[in-house]
Amino acid sequence: MDMSQIKDTLGDAQAVDIDSAVSVRNVSKNYGEVEALRDLSLEFPRGQLTSLLGPSGCGKTTLLKIIAGLLDATSGEIEIDGKKITGPGDDRAFVFQDFALLPWANVMRNVSFGLELRGVAKSEREDIAQKYISNVGLTGFEKAFPHELSGGMRQRVGLARALSVDAQVLLLDEPFSAVDEQNRRKFQEDLLELVRNENKTFIFVTHSIEEAVYVSDQIAILLPRPSRVSEVIRPKEFRSTGVENIRRSKEYLDIVDQIWSSLRNYVE
Amino acid sequence: MNRSLVLKLLSAIIVFGAWEIAGRVPVSYAFPTFIESMQALTAMTLNGSIFVAYAETLKPLMLGVAISATAGIGLGLWIGLSSRFEWLFSPIFVVAQAAPLAALIPILVMAYGIGLTSKVFVVCIMAMPVIVLNTASAVRNTPASLKEMGRSFLATDRDILLKIIIPAASPVIFAGLRLGISAGFIGAILSELKITPTGVGDIITFSRSIADYPSMYAAIFSIIVLAVLFLNGLERVEAYLFEGNNRGYVSD
Repeated sequence: MDMSQIKDTLGDAQAVDIDSAVSVRNVSKNYGEVEALRDLSLEFPRGQLTSLLGPSGCGKTTLLKIIAGLLDATSGEIEIDGKKITGPGDDRAFVFQDFALLPWANVMRNVSFGLELRGVAKSEREDIAQKYISNVGLTGFEKAFPHELSGGMRQRVGLARALSVDAQVLLLDEPFSAVDEQNRRKFQEDLLELVRNENKTFIFVTHSIEEAVYVSDQIAILLPRPSRVSEVIRPKEFRSTGVENIRRSKEYLDIVDQIWSSLRNYVE
Repeated sequence: MNRSLVLKLLSAIIVFGAWEIAGRVPVSYAFPTFIESMQALTAMTLNGSIFVAYAETLKPLMLGVAISATAGIGLGLWIGLSSRFEWLFSPIFVVAQAAPLAALIPILVMAYGIGLTSKVFVVCIMAMPVIVLNTASAVRNTPASLKEMGRSFLATDRDILLKIIIPAASPVIFAGLRLGISAGFIGAILSELKITPTGVGDIITFSRSIADYPSMYAAIFSIIVLAVLFLNGLERVEAYLFEGNNRGYVSD
């Protein structure tokens, strides 16, 4: 591994970091004796997508859940817009790996569930939900129940639910890992468009190197036991090219190789 | 829908046909045919004696079922939500479920007399344990990711209980209610046979003592029909309250 290259990418990350929406400062998390995260700090630039990438068991989901306020950090703090968080908040919305849809509720109720919990009146929340149902391409399925949908469609419901509460930070926990390959590719393209159009900050956990490089403005590589950020990579050139050219770009392929060479030692 | 109706009728014809044949063989002189039993049931319906009997039997039955359902679901929720209450209450219901009830009835009679209270107790002891234990385990097995989803979308504890835990537990709670209520029907008849012969229990005891077996089987048949109708009604309530329940579950 070329050390100067790591320093380079790290230096870049710091330099571009002008406006961060989410700051993770010296966060540690212990489960009894087990140290899951140790003194982890990371900045998430506003309006961009940051991936947390690492081998399984490296604590990326733990970090995401701490940012979500679903888990408490043992020490350290999370700031969103300079304000320290103490639990879940209306500035964040979560997309779950297993979709976490209510099986007894139809698509409309599932999408509007976040608004329902916030006490938004029924007609208003259904108007908002309708908009996001059509945004994710599920028009006509409002009355369908989750078990009647394919995996890809279920995750579109989960995505619409997260978008409809209009949080400025979107947390995605391996959202496409339970979705088939073709749907996953479509999702990745849609996600890029979403990052471009919605002025939101995305934090994206994945175990797929290609997926991380394809969708991210910034990739944080986490190494396990205990977890810390080993490098931060910011792709430069191919972000501005069209989606159909990304996988052919030399920079894309180089970064994928570079990440694999640093992760391969940690894969059992 | 039509197909399932046809199958249901077919199953009824097979059972009643077998009953009729067994009565005609006869399997025992104390076993009447299906037609004889239905004639006795018609006679009891026409002279109104079956209604008088049910007016008596339904009192402990409905009271016991209502108490078991509300207290059972309430206790079950409590036990399921708190591990401390699980240790406190769960053994009581496991014991109650396994206890030979008929042998305990004399103790109940000594404590509460031969009136309505004892009979309600018998219905509750039969019906409640399975309702409590089912509710508790259903609540405990609420998918963690659904509760997490609720919390991340700012649900209060009350929202999580009412909008996530209870609906998620409802299929198993309703399964417990079905089992508990059928046990309650058995308990009601058992109490009328073992404590004091009243209502339907009286018809059964009296017709047996005068060897009027068709009337005896008619009374038993009627209580089974009532239980089936009641359970069907419960299924309707479930389908109405939780529309998604009878449509399968998200599996992956």
